[in-house]
Amino acid sequence: MSTPSADIETLLSRALRPVDPPEGLSSRLESTLVELTEMAFDELESWELRAMRDPRNWVRPVMAVVVTATAGTALVILRVRAGQKRRVMLARGPADLAARTARAVAGEARRVVRR
Amino acid sequence: MAATARSKAELDSEFAELYRSHLRDVYSYAYYRVGNHHDAEDLTEQTFLQAYRHFERAQAESDGRPLRPWLIRIAHNLAANLYRDRSRRPQTSIDDTSGLSAVHTTEDLVEGRDELARILAGVKELPNDRREALIMRFALGMDNREIARALGKTDGATKVLLHRAIRQLEGIVGDEHSKR
Repeated sequence: MSTPSADIETLLSRALRPVDPPEGLSSRLESTLVELTEMAFDELESWELRAMRDPRNWVRPVMAVVVTATAGTALVILRVRAGQKRRVMLARGPADLAARTARAVAGEARRVVRR
Repeated sequence: MAATARSKAELDSEFAELYRSHLRDVYSYAYYRVGNHHDAEDLTEQTFLQAYRHFERAQAESDGRPLRPWLIRIAHNLAANLYRDRSRRPQTSIDDTSGLSAVHTTEDLVEGRDELARILAGVKELPNDRREALIMRFALGMDNREIARALGKTDGATKVLLHRAIRQLEGIVGDEHSKR
């Protein structure tokens, strides 16, 4: 026998369909990773070397940044994206934003590696 | 013998698998919870960030049980914080039929747009815990036990919650229909 509950459950199944993440959410994250890692690599050469007395100390963070398609790099992206709005607000221009983003990438990569 | 410490690479690999397996679940929950894609994306990202921070402990405490309820519970708590901090309701209601086009096929929309919109509008009127239970059941396909873990309730209480949610929704939709 058909019941109202059965009907409404059928309707609920149709109404509350799973929602695919917007097209490009995952790919955007991966694209951002590639851009950020490239920026981070350049940036690390200029300021991380000055900051660390022994260059061997920055091999691990750089390795963490340049490896792609791993959980670690996905997390670096996610963490960096989480602070991107704030960096955009604080940046004095595109170059400053790039520098801030690169520093964030390096910092998050180190946090992931040290975890 | 003491348990061998899990390697970070192993944990990251398992977290990546969790991320791939449940991105859609978390996003679906977030979308129906907050009602718009922008906030749903933010909520999804924050959920996985927080999950990563506590992943090792969650795995240890899960005793082999699936981690989906734990992920959804994180999203649930973050969504609650979002509303509390911003003191706001969803910016776009989930019964906004313009949003349906992103979720439903053209065929659905042609055949039952009004009906689906009425159901979604009714879901929106439910108390939070009932609405969330329905989202978990119907959008994510979670069983009673999973929903219970996500909401921090017993299996029995969850069964009652779902039953009452459906009954209340029937009443809301029925009232709406009789007004027409």
